[in-house]
Amino acid sequence: MHSRGFKNLINGNTINISNFEGHNYKRMIKFLTQFGRYILLLKKVFSKPEKPSLYFKQTMSEFVNLGLNSIGIIAIISFFMGAVITLQTAYNTENPIYPKYLIGLGCRDSMILEFSSTIAALILAGKVGSNIAAEIGTMRVTEQIDALEIMGVNSASYLILPKLIATLIFNPLLTLIAIIVGIFGGGIAGTLAGVITTENFIYGIQYAFIPYYIVYSLIKTVFFAFIITSVSAFQGYYVDGGSLEVGRASTKAVVFSSVLILLFNVILTQLLLS
Amino acid sequence: MIQVKNLYKSFNGKTVLENISVTFESGKTNLIIGRSGSGKTVLLKSIVGLHEIDSGEIWYEKTLFNKLDFAGKKVIRSEMGMLFQGSALFDSLTVEQNVGFPLDMFTDSPPEEKMDRVNFCLKRVDILNANNLYPSELSGGMKKRVAIARAIALNPKYLFCDEPNSGLDPITAILIDALIKELTEEYSMTTIVNTHDMNSVMEIGEKIVFISEGVKCWEGNKNDILNSDCSSLNDFVFANSLAKKLRTQAKT
Repeated sequence: MHSRGFKNLINGNTINISNFEGHNYKRMIKFLTQFGRYILLLKKVFSKPEKPSLYFKQTMSEFVNLGLNSIGIIAIISFFMGAVITLQTAYNTENPIYPKYLIGLGCRDSMILEFSSTIAALILAGKVGSNIAAEIGTMRVTEQIDALEIMGVNSASYLILPKLIATLIFNPLLTLIAIIVGIFGGGIAGTLAGVITTENFIYGIQYAFIPYYIVYSLIKTVFFAFIITSVSAFQGYYVDGGSLEVGRASTKAVVFSSVLILLFNVILTQLLLS
Repeated sequence: MIQVKNLYKSFNGKTVLENISVTFESGKTNLIIGRSGSGKTVLLKSIVGLHEIDSGEIWYEKTLFNKLDFAGKKVIRSEMGMLFQGSALFDSLTVEQNVGFPLDMFTDSPPEEKMDRVNFCLKRVDILNANNLYPSELSGGMKKRVAIARAIALNPKYLFCDEPNSGLDPITAILIDALIKELTEEYSMTTIVNTHDMNSVMEIGEKIVFISEGVKCWEGNKNDILNSDCSSLNDFVFANSLAKKLRTQAKT
């Protein structure tokens, strides 16, 4: 009623408004449809495996593809991020009031609370997410998924469940590696740059340590691993078309995973630290 | 025997298949022919259950396939083998692993027995000394053969082939056709082949169904096809100049 009155008031713009409403309605329907498909896909993924031994083999292979192969990039980025955090903290706290060990404490808490889980998850969304979407998407457009379905294999479960298990187990390990390597990088950079002594840095990383922060970080990592794998797999699984669409699916996988990671980062932080 | 009754299928409101009714006979090579975009692949994929149909019935012997749930379809699918247009071999698996995949997934036979079966199937399609190659290392014809070996690994009752000759040279195409026909007779399978290759039609077509714009226009065998009254079929069969020339010569 209100909308119609508004339309009458500005007479000439009636079509634009109805288009706008129609557009929003279509977007809402599209979103709900996609969300429904995502839930249905997850239902298929978590159904009983046809042959657990084959799934186990597949999971082991995914540990290598998605987990072990990500150690390098996570270690390199963590090392340099730790180094930069240490140097930035040092150069921004050049005040005699602040004790030097706070540089080590800043590096430790930044690595544990945010970098090792959230930033590393964003990096993994780029590396692992695009990999998953491209792999499954290519299998879709080359009819390999149809071939699995014809054999009577639950393709969603066979292709996605091992990836989910592998990332849910391995990503927390990557988080721990990121924490250790990042703090190590911070120590090396701080010492080499002469902004902090090794003793001060070690004292700083031990000072007022709250073990729960590690748990908080690992819980976030598990959520992020689920988001990266399931969202990317969803994008790949429902690709329709050819190589162009597979490329688009990979991009969407990274974008949607990243946005969801950032959103859930806020929600989980509020839930776990409040 | 596979029976399709009053099948309708549409995508986004556009009807692609309209009132298709046809019976595919056991132990025979049944062909679905038609121009590109006529609905052949959609029909084949509807028959195997890769597409949900709008209405109609698909019967495998005495089982109404399209009304079965996933578990029910799985039983029928264990008796199916399918050769896809692009072969659809699993890129990450070797030839041997590709052929052995259905055996690993659905049988509990000891590894030696599975390997014997894999080697038998590969030998049957004339693929030798390629067990450890990956699909990317195979030629188009070899990929099709490996895909056939995978399709017959579980001794299927039904074999489906979507454009088995696409992208192959004429000689390899004839060999693939011959192989499909031999296997059909050897294992008494119900084979359905989707093709627009007239060589295949004349070589292996025991029962032929012609589809045009989603509608079944003609049904018969390779002996009847040259004398059909169906104008769209005649346009399709005598599309190339050589066929037209031969037809004119035959008439005169």
